[in-house]
Amino acid sequence: MINWFKYSAPSTFYPLAGKLIPVFWTLAALLGAIGLYISFFVAPTDAQQGEGYRIIFIHVPASWMSMFIYCIMAFWSLLGLTFNTRLSGMMTRALAPTGALFAFLSLWTGALWGKPMWGAWWVWDARLTSELILFFLYIGFMALQAAIDDPRRADRAGALLSLVGVVNVPIIYFSVKWWNTLHQGASVSLTKSPSMATTMLWGMLTMALAFWAYTIAVALMRARTIMLEREGNTEWVQHLPDVKEAA
Amino acid sequence: MQWNNASEFFAMGGYGFYVWGSFGLCALAMIAEPLLVCQRRNRAIKQIQNQLN
Amino acid sequence: MPVLAAYFAALQRDLLLVMRRKTEVLTALFFFVIVTTLLPLGIGPEPDLLRKIAPGAMWIAALLATLLGLQRLFAADHADGTLEQMVLSPEPLSVLVAGKITAHWLVCGLPLVLLAPVIGLQFDLPADAIGILMLSLLIGTPLLSLLGAIGAALTLGARGSALLVSLLVMPLYIPTLIFGAGAVESYIAGLGASGHFSLLGALLILAAAFAPWATTAALRISLE
Repeated sequence: MINWFKYSAPSTFYPLAGKLIPVFWTLAALLGAIGLYISFFVAPTDAQQGEGYRIIFIHVPASWMSMFIYCIMAFWSLLGLTFNTRLSGMMTRALAPTGALFAFLSLWTGALWGKPMWGAWWVWDARLTSELILFFLYIGFMALQAAIDDPRRADRAGALLSLVGVVNVPIIYFSVKWWNTLHQGASVSLTKSPSMATTMLWGMLTMALAFWAYTIAVALMRARTIMLEREGNTEWVQHLPDVKEAA
Repeated sequence: MQWNNASEFFAMGGYGFYVWGSFGLCALAMIAEPLLVCQRRNRAIKQIQNQLN
Repeated sequence: MPVLAAYFAALQRDLLLVMRRKTEVLTALFFFVIVTTLLPLGIGPEPDLLRKIAPGAMWIAALLATLLGLQRLFAADHADGTLEQMVLSPEPLSVLVAGKITAHWLVCGLPLVLLAPVIGLQFDLPADAIGILMLSLLIGTPLLSLLGAIGAALTLGARGSALLVSLLVMPLYIPTLIFGAGAVESYIAGLGASGHFSLLGALLILAAAFAPWATTAALRISLE
């Protein structure tokens, strides 16, 4: 069993992350290549939506990732508040921008899918509206951390905000669904996707895994950068080969 | 899925703007994001070196 | 000091402080009136349209008025050191916080409930709908104070906290807004408001149980 606590110090996590980053980039590239191949060359033309439906191979995985990352942030936040480790705060901070990016991509691709299919760039569909609110949650998190000067205090405040947020996300989603069904009546829902051929599901799953590998790679890169920024005046940073050899 | 030629592939049955607008932005974002992180990292390293010297 | 006495002490203190600066009470009230006056001016005076937007419009105005008042919740006490005394005192902080939140609601939320009939008439809402609106605000505004307190505590001493609080707290307010305004709209549509009220009540109970605790944790983080 790996001694996890050994890696909870930035000085030991930094080199470990450094070794993992290229692994995850490779994984992301491979999975992405397979996913794109399925998206364009295996998945058949849809009977109702023609070729336009291929956007789901970005839209759905991006949505999944935006929600998944938020949960991971909450997990790290819980660890950080419980064990008071510096690394947890850094990981949460490292994940947020990528999560926000996926939320934005989900909204963007949702609009580009909705316009040709349903004639409007935006519909107040339950899933899209919840995604928009999730995007605001990400922005709020980053804004809060930017507004607090002391990094440890910012970490802890952000951690509490993510935990409050993660508890609220199901409530928000339920209330938006409720609001949507009461008001929409007979209008079309963006979520009534074409009946899923198995290839489509495989495509979405592969792309989702590619995005997941990408997220880990970028988050680890960002986490290492945050470590450099914060621990710049410690021994272990100043003796890092990256720092010394670039001098 | 058989595409008869490249221009069909790019046209995406008339939905080219939307499909490539989506995949295109996604690709752009996933290149820009790590580049920005690298820039940030280089700035951090430079700052540490300035402190040391 | 027994728990209940500590709660009432905190409540009383905040109310006393507000009474010395009565303009603060009136500010939230007037903001509510101004926003609800601006809406017809911006949208047009047709009674049918106004009746339709009234529940949502009044709820949003109540939301904004509460957000305005959140600044007052902890800022003054933080500035003069009283907040630190509260944290250090032997009384459980969550009880003192609960007292302060109640005071905030009495000052910012309850007046809106009482003013709702007047505004409702401006929007030509029927009397029974106004009653449902008042009830929804009665249950909903404490929710807004409870959830808002978490945001106020998190942004204590942060730069740009006034706008930041709004950004943080808005997503949390959305379920309350949906169920609150929805209750009135549902009633007007003849579908009955009981479902909405059950959900609103459930949220209130949850928030009353957890928000003071979360606010306390946020205060401790902000004050170190």
